Amino acid sequence: MSRALILGAALSSVVVLMALLSFVWTPYDHAALNIPEKLQPPNAQHWFGTDHFGRDMFSMIMVGARTSIAVALVAVGIGMALGAPLGLAAAARKGSWLDELIMRGNDLVFAFPSLVIAILITAVFGPGAVNAIIAIGIFNIPVFARITRGAALSLWEREFILAARVAGKGAARISAEHILPNVANLLIVQGTIQFSLGILAEAGLSYVGLGAQPPTPSWGRMLADAQTMVSFAPHLALIPGLAIIVTVLGLNLLGDGLRDWLDPRIRVARA
Amino acid sequence: MTKPFFRTFAGAMALGVGLLASQAMARSDITIAMQLEPPHLDPTSAAAQAIDSVVYTNVFEGLTRFMGDGSVVPGLAESWEISEDGTVYTFTLHDGVTFHDGTTMDAEDVKFSLDRATAEDSANAQKALFAGIESVEVVDPLTVRITLAEPNGNFLFNLAWGDAVIVAPESIEGIKTNPVGTGAYKFAEWVQGDRITLERNPDYWGDQPALEQATFKFISDPTAAFAAMMAEDVDVFDNFPAPENLPQFEADPRFQVLVGSTEGETILATNNKKPPFDDVRVRQALAHAIDRQAIIDGAMFGYGTPIGTHFAPHNPAYVDLTGLSAHDPDKARALLAEAGFADGFETTLHLPPPSYARRGGEIVAAQLAEVGIKAEIINVEWAQWLETVFKGKNFALTIVSHTEPMDIGIYARPDYYFQYDNPDFQALMATLNATTDPDERTRLLGEAQRMIAEDYVNGYLFQLAKLGVAKAGVQGLWENAPTAAIDLTAISWAD
Repeated sequence: MSRALILGAALSSVVVLMALLSFVWTPYDHAALNIPEKLQPPNAQHWFGTDHFGRDMFSMIMVGARTSIAVALVAVGIGMALGAPLGLAAAARKGSWLDELIMRGNDLVFAFPSLVIAILITAVFGPGAVNAIIAIGIFNIPVFARITRGAALSLWEREFILAARVAGKGAARISAEHILPNVANLLIVQGTIQFSLGILAEAGLSYVGLGAQPPTPSWGRMLADAQTMVSFAPHLALIPGLAIIVTVLGLNLLGDGLRDWLDPRIRVARA
Repeated sequence: MTKPFFRTFAGAMALGVGLLASQAMARSDITIAMQLEPPHLDPTSAAAQAIDSVVYTNVFEGLTRFMGDGSVVPGLAESWEISEDGTVYTFTLHDGVTFHDGTTMDAEDVKFSLDRATAEDSANAQKALFAGIESVEVVDPLTVRITLAEPNGNFLFNLAWGDAVIVAPESIEGIKTNPVGTGAYKFAEWVQGDRITLERNPDYWGDQPALEQATFKFISDPTAAFAAMMAEDVDVFDNFPAPENLPQFEADPRFQVLVGSTEGETILATNNKKPPFDDVRVRQALAHAIDRQAIIDGAMFGYGTPIGTHFAPHNPAYVDLTGLSAHDPDKARALLAEAGFADGFETTLHLPPPSYARRGGEIVAAQLAEVGIKAEIINVEWAQWLETVFKGKNFALTIVSHTEPMDIGIYARPDYYFQYDNPDFQALMATLNATTDPDERTRLLGEAQRMIAEDYVNGYLFQLAKLGVAKAGVQGLWENAPTAAIDLTAISWAD
């Protein structure tokens, strides 16, 4: 295992554990206002300080991790659950109208700047975590569809697939039983990368006020709220900023590490 | 040989001194930043405060006008006489007043302006100001006689509003983009989305003001506002949007901070027709659930005065009724239980963009949650707020600042967006409007304040502070905002 994989796994698990822990324990109530104690720098009572309403930043970061992970995870889940079958179908019917329809549809979604469409979706259906999930999820579909189709196409030429066809298995069954398991590791690697992009997208949407709505804490909104106060309370921006950096860095390292670890060619080259 | 040299030298010296002197002379232009850009420039057909900020007393003038301390003084009217019964006002206009396009301002223009405001199809945003006008007659070019249906003690005050300025029939067509008034400044240029420039009117009938040119710049983002001020790109910020940054300006010798009062009653407006808020006990519970000082400290960083009714604390007729709705969560819970909501209920809270609303809303939602009311926060843009909340009345709770002066009369309008319908209050307002005796008016105003406070019509939060930031050398800025205005005629640079 590479160092990148270990470091990435360590950083990611810290964030995930923090988010899980927040379900049962946070140092303070993340939504409790305590205005007399506002804008405290990090100290022994409040490890990450307090925000402009005197809320405990550490508790907010913990619950914010939950928001980020939940949004990104479900969005990637949507992308994978819809994208992978579409990719498999396109590969199975290579060159047919179905293949064309799926792939041109993907191109269409890809052609839009993702954040602009996300803003459009949340503007039409109203801001909120659920609409943010849908917006981010839609953009994950073509990513997974393309990756799956690309990998599946080369698999369809292989002898074991030919054997399966000779044995009388239909395209759907071959896709599910033989193609999918062989593209799974690719999907997992891509899923990790998309997960980190999802966290960034969630933070971006919350930053412009279209993500999770108050009082649900969100790292992006914490950054937005901190804007005018950076000059006298820098911890307000630094802490959610660092949380986003650590999470995204961790997930990217994890993704890279997983790819190296799972890719047989690189494994062979290393050996 | 020495003589010409000396002469040249002396000349050069003189030139140098002259240059120095001209540099030391006070600047004659100014750049003033505001947060919102006006939708157009006709103060007589829209409620947008930003219009008045740019044009009030600068471009357009009325028969009377507000001063920075809130007093009403003669404007285009030199003097007036009021009949014994208080129903006939005879105004004598200033002689020799011309509009910026060269046409003269006379009694016909006054009649035109007031008739336009009172017409059936009038687009005026404050029609109530003119409601009592029965007729406007031109006696001679400099005399106008206005007859009221009944005495109105507020009439001279009403005429001072930006909605009552005098416009000319010759230039009314293009007023929205090319305003032509009688003021000391004429409209020069509007670069949409960026700035409006006004230039001094050399033919002004009154005293020539100090500034030759003024530029209004529109900066909506609080962070950009801070940067523009710090970089000295703008000289004045009319009402600085981020109260948290004021201590930094105060500590900086380059700037001065002017904290004054506005006419902005910031309220938790409540839809009085929407259950459960049609029950006075529920509204009273809301009032007791709210901790005003926490909202002022948390949302406005301490700037603002708590209010207990819809009235400005700096007004002599103000009655402090904050005690009626003191922060008392236990009482709020008891009232909710009495009204049948022992377990609380769910509702919504619409928040427009300013920080008093967005931040104040988060605090209010947390305070309501403490007594069991779950208010879902819905952040909206102004256009959406006007459409859904103000026009559509499709809301439960919202936070907004009512910045019109002396606007307690809105409670007598049952179709106003918070839908308070109380015949007693409407009768009281009618009596008030017909009363001219100052002491009696004060008593009636006190009664009106108490009536809406005891009916807990809305949650009364705080009086919005005016947070002006300016370069140290700017003088003559209004500290308070008796109406939305940036009176350029009073502004000058210290030498």
